Amino acid sequence: MSNSTRTQVREPFMHITKRTDVKLWQSWGARIIAIILALVVNGFFIDSVTGLNPVDVYKIMWTGTFESTYNFMTTLRDVAMLLCISLALAPAFKMRFWNIGAEGQVLMGALLSAVVMIYLGGKIPSSSLFIIMFIVSCAAGALWAAIPAYFRAKWKTNETLFTLMMNYVAIDIVDVCTNTWRGSKSSMGQINAHTKAGWFPKVLGYRFTISILIVLALAIIIELYLNHSKHGYELSVLGESEDTARYAGINVQKVIVRTMLMSGAICGIAGFITVAGTDMTVSSATARGFGFTAIIVTWLAGLKTPYMFGMSFLLIFLEKGASQISSAYSSLNDYSTQVITGIILFFILGSEFFVKYKLVRRKKETAKKGGDSK
Amino acid sequence: MESQNEKRVPAVSMRNITKTFGSVVANDHVGLDIYRGEILALLGENGSGKTTLMNMLSGLYYPDEGQIFIDGSEVSIPNPRVALGMGIGMVHQHFKLVDVLTATENIVLGLKDKGRLDLDAAAVKIRKICTDYGFDIDPHRKIYDMSVSEKQTVEIIKVLYRGADILILDEPTAVLTPQETTRLFDIIRNMKSDGKAIIIITHKLQEVMHVSDRVAVLRKGAYIGDLVTKNTSIQEMTDMMVGHKVNLNIDRPDPVSPSPRIVVKDLTVTDKDGLVKLDHVSFTANSGEILGIAGISGSGQKELLEAIAGLQTVDSGSIEYIEDNGSHDQLIGKDPLAISNLGVSLSFVPEDRLGMGLVGNMDITDNMMLRSFRNGKTVFTDRKAPRKLAGHVVKKLGVVTPDLSTPVRKLSGGNVQKILVGREIASTPTVLLSAYAVRGLDINSAYLIYDLMNQQKEAGVSIVYVGEDLDVLLALCDRIVVLCGGSCNGILDARTTTKEEVGLRMTTKKEPASVGGSDE
Amino acid sequence: MMTLIAWINRAIWFGTVIMFGSTGEIITERSGNLNLGVPGIMFLGGFASFAGAYYYENSTPDPSSAVIILIALICGILASTFGGLIYSFLTITLRANQNVTGLALTIFGSGIANFFGVQVLNGGTSVKAAFTHTVFSKPVPFLSKLGVFGDIFFSYGFMVYLAIILAVLTHLVISRTRIGLNLRAVGENPATADSVGISVSKYKYLATCIGASVTGLGGVYYVLDYGYGTWSSSSSIEGLGWLAVALVIFARWKPRNIIWGAYVFGIFFWFYNYAPALLNLTWPNTIVILTQMIPYVITILVLIYVSAKQKKDSLGPAALGLSYYREER
Repeated sequence: MSNSTRTQVREPFMHITKRTDVKLWQSWGARIIAIILALVVNGFFIDSVTGLNPVDVYKIMWTGTFESTYNFMTTLRDVAMLLCISLALAPAFKMRFWNIGAEGQVLMGALLSAVVMIYLGGKIPSSSLFIIMFIVSCAAGALWAAIPAYFRAKWKTNETLFTLMMNYVAIDIVDVCTNTWRGSKSSMGQINAHTKAGWFPKVLGYRFTISILIVLALAIIIELYLNHSKHGYELSVLGESEDTARYAGINVQKVIVRTMLMSGAICGIAGFITVAGTDMTVSSATARGFGFTAIIVTWLAGLKTPYMFGMSFLLIFLEKGASQISSAYSSLNDYSTQVITGIILFFILGSEFFVKYKLVRRKKETAKKGGDSK
Repeated sequence: MESQNEKRVPAVSMRNITKTFGSVVANDHVGLDIYRGEILALLGENGSGKTTLMNMLSGLYYPDEGQIFIDGSEVSIPNPRVALGMGIGMVHQHFKLVDVLTATENIVLGLKDKGRLDLDAAAVKIRKICTDYGFDIDPHRKIYDMSVSEKQTVEIIKVLYRGADILILDEPTAVLTPQETTRLFDIIRNMKSDGKAIIIITHKLQEVMHVSDRVAVLRKGAYIGDLVTKNTSIQEMTDMMVGHKVNLNIDRPDPVSPSPRIVVKDLTVTDKDGLVKLDHVSFTANSGEILGIAGISGSGQKELLEAIAGLQTVDSGSIEYIEDNGSHDQLIGKDPLAISNLGVSLSFVPEDRLGMGLVGNMDITDNMMLRSFRNGKTVFTDRKAPRKLAGHVVKKLGVVTPDLSTPVRKLSGGNVQKILVGREIASTPTVLLSAYAVRGLDINSAYLIYDLMNQQKEAGVSIVYVGEDLDVLLALCDRIVVLCGGSCNGILDARTTTKEEVGLRMTTKKEPASVGGSDE
Repeated sequence: MMTLIAWINRAIWFGTVIMFGSTGEIITERSGNLNLGVPGIMFLGGFASFAGAYYYENSTPDPSSAVIILIALICGILASTFGGLIYSFLTITLRANQNVTGLALTIFGSGIANFFGVQVLNGGTSVKAAFTHTVFSKPVPFLSKLGVFGDIFFSYGFMVYLAIILAVLTHLVISRTRIGLNLRAVGENPATADSVGISVSKYKYLATCIGASVTGLGGVYYVLDYGYGTWSSSSSIEGLGWLAVALVIFARWKPRNIIWGAYVFGIFFWFYNYAPALLNLTWPNTIVILTQMIPYVITILVLIYVSAKQKKDSLGPAALGLSYYREER
């Protein structure tokens, strides 16, 4: 046959098929390779921009975090906060509800903690103060999450966009409150600086030890909740298919609202422990963008608690490390953490593809033979 | 005709086409020729690979192996655009239309005409096609405002508008009324006289007889052979479609002291598009018997079962459950949980096994507890009993699986169905609803399912069996409710009725009417 | 009167930033890609244009207006398209989750911009590209002198008008052209688009990258005109980026609604600064700031309304947020 038809025989070089079974070493292998590649790319970045030896930079990041107890403890403190929010998101993500509003839910929790500290601090015993702070923070976060959940359940209102918008409403509310409280001062300062009412007591030398313990307990609870409770089972079914959920007699709307109440409440707890254990005050920056970072953590950890801890630790380690290197090298600054984090996230996100799919080369022989025989 | 074909170069020639999805071989070295000026019926049961084969011709899938020739030259069809360029147009069973666009916009979508986008000119051209062929459609209506048959009209016009000369219609009559079917067939004949090659994917034999020139048969992904329609018979085609001549030999014990269990009265259901899915359907399902539901696909079977199971919103009518002590419970307005809280043990094997009956990503144990996970007083799930049940089902029904923690989506269709049926039977139901319980199953698995149904029947369970294979319905059931276009078109005694009677009632309402496929 | 004009001016400056952002995001979202990297892309575009213009301005004693515009726009567009390309590659080719990728892009974009920003700042808190700012804020000749009328309509730099032109152009392309029709189909129902021979990946890539470049212009305008040509480490680009995402919803994915919607958002955002004096309000200042949340609240109400009414044309592209895999089964 003529050459003109041969030119028509144009086959895709490769095509993509879904992997039917993924072995553990494959999925972890892909992720570890991704992180190593990201570190290499980051190394080139550091080297080309600053001329520093990336290995030295990584070394300082490492020693900076692990050599001093204080650095290590503050690392743990931040890991706890990030993990706490990630834990909050896991049940929502499990039922395929995109809660992008953790930032706002944390802020509302923090704000209400501060309100209780300001208005009840010193007036009631500290144990009841903590209990009220805890409950009110939970309620505030839960409310903030339940509003979008209600509309999603009722009218399928897009929850990604709704929860995203709720963040900024929360930020504004917090700004208004702090502006009112600070009066003419430039910042609010610490709440109850003299009485220390509503401040976690120091345990092992740090106030945030209690925060860490609370998150540890939450991690265990969420792990059990997701994998061993009836509610957790309902979430898994709902996340897979709404039809199956209805078939199994699961009240879809109820589960959506109930789960988001819980998700928001845990975000509220994150706000509470930040106010009572770390900041002793509130501002619109209290959540530190962790509400967004946690989304990435939870998703990339595949909603598994131990991996969420790992991801949280990695990201906080990078952040802490970056501040270490910025004080060690004048040519690097705090923001390098965001660059390094971004690149690592891109690589991990990309690696998921190679876990889920495989590239298959076309078998060419049969097609060739046919073309010649004509 | 046959000798004529041998001389001509086929418009399309597919050779050794193989396509696999995971471990499922959808097409196994299939070869097929289609000529111009010919209507070819591509016949096969559900899951025989008809649609997959045509999707490869229309560029939607890419074959793993094999060759395709258009007018004698080998081609590669990496995507639908290339297929369209070669004059291949496909009307899919699930409409490929964009809801928020108008008919015209959908029809011109993807065209690479020169100049600016002139929708008015396109609408004029569409109106011309409409008058030529007798379609009735408003080019400026949005798709989401259209009925199902209007949407199909848009799909067909889309292909005509593009001047395709090789047309593939995937089960085009499934959503049409008999009158609409007749009209469609007239159009198809016109296209044939224009010298187009037309392929109709179908499993309705009467339509094949009525409209096609030649029929090619697929079975389980393999090409069986082709026949000239006028030289063949429904019997011969059936034999090719199902393989050997079917002597089913299914046991049918006599009903055990049947008494009314589910009483359905005047059940009416309309879907969200306002289409009547069930129209005043009434029947009674007795305990200790198997009640068959026959009907061409989409006649309301799904809605009927889901209405009984509490998964379907009902417009009017009543569904009563009658307990052994004679008390009545109204099931309408209750969800599955409320029904089970009434003490009604109702099992349901839905058509969509992995989309409704089971969770594909969960393992066998976790799927066992889908309907029973609420058992126990604590907030925690008990996995011991489900694991035991899983082991039991796997052993008793011979499920082939590496272990109990394998996600069920990795299992073959037959094994998936065994797990589903096994679970539903394990809850000692008083009513067992099943939809296409043996679809896609190998013969041994199918017989196992029949046996299980019979065991349940002998245990006094009221079984509602929705099936598509008439031989099975006639051999297995005690009585058969025939659905036709959403209404009950007779309740027949399966022991005395004939296949012809059931087939006729499936396609022809009791009132005399001219029906597309029934006039031979 | 002066306060009112000042308010309107401020609203239009502000609106222009998010008009670019939203126009770009609409182009992107119409292809079915929900890119939450808008703030990151605006950071990239804004910083790159600033850096380019700043170095050029300081490298020659006699900078030319035309060259500076060219440098600023090209740098801004290249950097933001780069952001769009990362997002496209990850979500389209590698099918990564769109929400997560977008958020990572926001982290990365603001990181890159601020990291290099610190180098530019060289220890200070802000640097100004003064000449660039004059070029970018130069009002329309003659027309801006027409008293109040001129003040309200013609006292702005050229990018204010560019934003309107781009929004109108986007509207025309989406609603009147074959490309726009194909793009809408890709975002609504990629399988259908695919079946009629539209290359889904190509459209998604192009829409996302072009969308990102338009979004990036928002960053360019933010730094070079709205922000008086200064780069500082504490900028509110991120907040404006999210507001641009909100505006897309408020405009119900229709570019023509963006043109007025952006200015309405601007009016509300700056309400706290001008309204009390203008309307003789005696509310405490802290309360007035609450009005800054109005754009978000209205957006939420719009979102609820269209979903409750099931207005299919206003719910956004049906396949928004989903990646497309042809052989999914």
